[in-house]
Amino acid sequence: MKRTRSYLAPTALALAAAIGFSAPVTAAENGKFRVGIVTFLSGAAAGPFGVPSLNGAKLVIDALNEGKVPAPYGLKGINGLEIETVIVDENGGASKQVEEFRNLAERHKVDAVIGYISSGDCLAIAPVAEELKLTTVLFDCGTSRLFEENKAPTYVFRTGLDAAIDNIGAARYLIDSGRKLESVASIQQNYAWGHDSWGDFSAAIKQLKPGVKVTTEQLPKLFQGQYGAEISALSVSKPDVIHSSFWGGDMEAFVLQGNARGLFDKRTAVLTCGESALDRFKGQAPNGLVIGARGPFGAFAPENTLSTWFRTAYRSSAEMDPTYPAFKMAQAILGLKAAVEKAAGKPGVIPAKEEVARSFKGLSFESVSGTVRMARANGHQALQGIAYGEYKFDAKSDKATIANVKSYSGECVTPPDGTTAADWIKAGFPGAQCN
Amino acid sequence: MTTLYAILIDGMIYASWLFMVAAGLTVIYGVMRILNMAHGSFYSIGAYTGASLVGWYFSGAQGAPYWSYALLLGAALVSGVVVGLLIEQGLLQFMYKRDEILMVIVTYALLLILEDATKLIFGVDPYFTFQPYSLLGRSEIGELTFANYDLALIAVAAVIGAACWLTLNRTHTGKVLRAVIQDREIAIAMGVNVKLMFAATFVVGTTLGAIAGALTAPAISVSPGIGVEVIVLAFAVVVVGGLGSIEGAIVGALLVGITRAAAVHLAPQIELFVIYGVMALVLAVRPQGLFGRDLARKI
Repeated sequence: MKRTRSYLAPTALALAAAIGFSAPVTAAENGKFRVGIVTFLSGAAAGPFGVPSLNGAKLVIDALNEGKVPAPYGLKGINGLEIETVIVDENGGASKQVEEFRNLAERHKVDAVIGYISSGDCLAIAPVAEELKLTTVLFDCGTSRLFEENKAPTYVFRTGLDAAIDNIGAARYLIDSGRKLESVASIQQNYAWGHDSWGDFSAAIKQLKPGVKVTTEQLPKLFQGQYGAEISALSVSKPDVIHSSFWGGDMEAFVLQGNARGLFDKRTAVLTCGESALDRFKGQAPNGLVIGARGPFGAFAPENTLSTWFRTAYRSSAEMDPTYPAFKMAQAILGLKAAVEKAAGKPGVIPAKEEVARSFKGLSFESVSGTVRMARANGHQALQGIAYGEYKFDAKSDKATIANVKSYSGECVTPPDGTTAADWIKAGFPGAQCN
Repeated sequence: MTTLYAILIDGMIYASWLFMVAAGLTVIYGVMRILNMAHGSFYSIGAYTGASLVGWYFSGAQGAPYWSYALLLGAALVSGVVVGLLIEQGLLQFMYKRDEILMVIVTYALLLILEDATKLIFGVDPYFTFQPYSLLGRSEIGELTFANYDLALIAVAAVIGAACWLTLNRTHTGKVLRAVIQDREIAIAMGVNVKLMFAATFVVGTTLGAIAGALTAPAISVSPGIGVEVIVLAFAVVVVGGLGSIEGAIVGALLVGITRAAAVHLAPQIELFVIYGVMALVLAVRPQGLFGRDLARKI
């Protein structure tokens, strides 16, 4: 008993001290706007998505705090208040993320949260954000179920695009490019993302070009890394086009192994997330590989004052071109800033979360990817177009570029409110406005 | 016909990789009775050191590209020996008399520590050092094209398998090791330096893991978590073949590799299930694995 007491006292003291030192000062108390940033800092998604998005977040937040972001974002920080961040690792699964989100809301008392790459995390966070009434901007996750399951959101917004758009855009690009397209094969990571992507793409391509045959559907395990048998199966099935929503190391390994075995010599492959490895392929991807950036981001971002500033600043700080996750993070931060400042009316105050939610709903704001309209999911989902193009590597300059880019407007590739992506595709894209 | 030989060649390539990954695990268990959960970390360390060194070599273009293969092997040997020796001498040697289950927990803790240490040292950005993979070119076999690097791995795995088997069955050291495997206490009584044997075996096991990682690195994008991914597969192979048996690991790898390749070609929907299906089937018929021995329990 005596021994227990001797340990208990210092432990209790240490705990009390730790709690005391870490108890956050609320934003209102320290006069700063506190934002929780959640992205992958470890795990396989950190390299291709987490690190670029965190680099993008740091760059934009620092520049905002210094008042160096071009118009219309000249006001320092968010509404004149310095932005401070609480950075959280997204790795660890949905349950851990819900716990971390509650920590951000209740312990760190953040004014808003920006984050989430994994669709599973987004689906778990959205109802908790509504319960805690915390402004939450989802910058990357693409699941179509987000606003199908959360039908009447108030505090949850997504400035990234729905994944269905990636695949509808890819199907349209392949048709419009005039390639031979009588058969198509698929290789997807065996989890919800891969299944959903292939479901949307195969439905869209069959709708746009009836009679297209599916030769094989490969579903290797996530992070498998070795695709020898899958590449043989794809070669044997002799498709005209191979569709894949692979990302990260899996995508790079598949392209390297497939190219070394001549898989892409006689057929086209389309990688919906390909742009995230544009500078990493280093000539190991074949010229003509069709790649996307999950929206008008990264190498597909239109030239404007904001995108030029962002590219230049990112290059000088990270010594590489920003890929689409960096653009998407920057877009989410600018969207939040625009919404808060619209709600506040005058500089130097933090508006109530209800006010921010009201002003974010249906907001139109300028971004590094052009004008963003929150015009889907009753004003909670961004509406933007998508672009695809062909990978082209120049061995002399050791640089990759994108050729034959074609863009599709948001209205061309996005289902209208009140219908699911699957139903919209099945019905033949009613109301789609394509140029 | 094309599908048939594709299954055989793909199966052989995958099996050779599986064997290289599993060989170190089965050697360590066979001699030391340690189910080394940290084996995946040695694979990962080999992959990272190999990829880093080859990346550095090609970024400077210092010499002939074929030297990159020597660098891969050198990186694996150095990292496997150094890390293996540090762990065996610094931790495991103090725990040899503990229960096998406790050693599983110890090596699992080691796996978590090494995973984080790898991230701290090498960062979270993937390493993409493809040059040794592309350098060997490709060969056409019938309608299909294969990367020569993958075909070369079959030969490397055969050399590793033969070296392990010959060492265990045709050398004096092998005889001593088999004595330790049969009965540790009697071996000590006969004057065998079991501590030295254990240290050497652990280092050989970790180096085999590191070699597998280093030789895989040029074909993949080396990223955090690759060690955890392979450990499950390695366990499946050694459990099918029988824990501690080199012959078992060879047959287990072939069985799993060819069955998986058949599933990918004929029924891709069940590819994920088929590896564990084979394992469950073998365990149902022979719980000790195909080459595992029934052991009399000492009282």
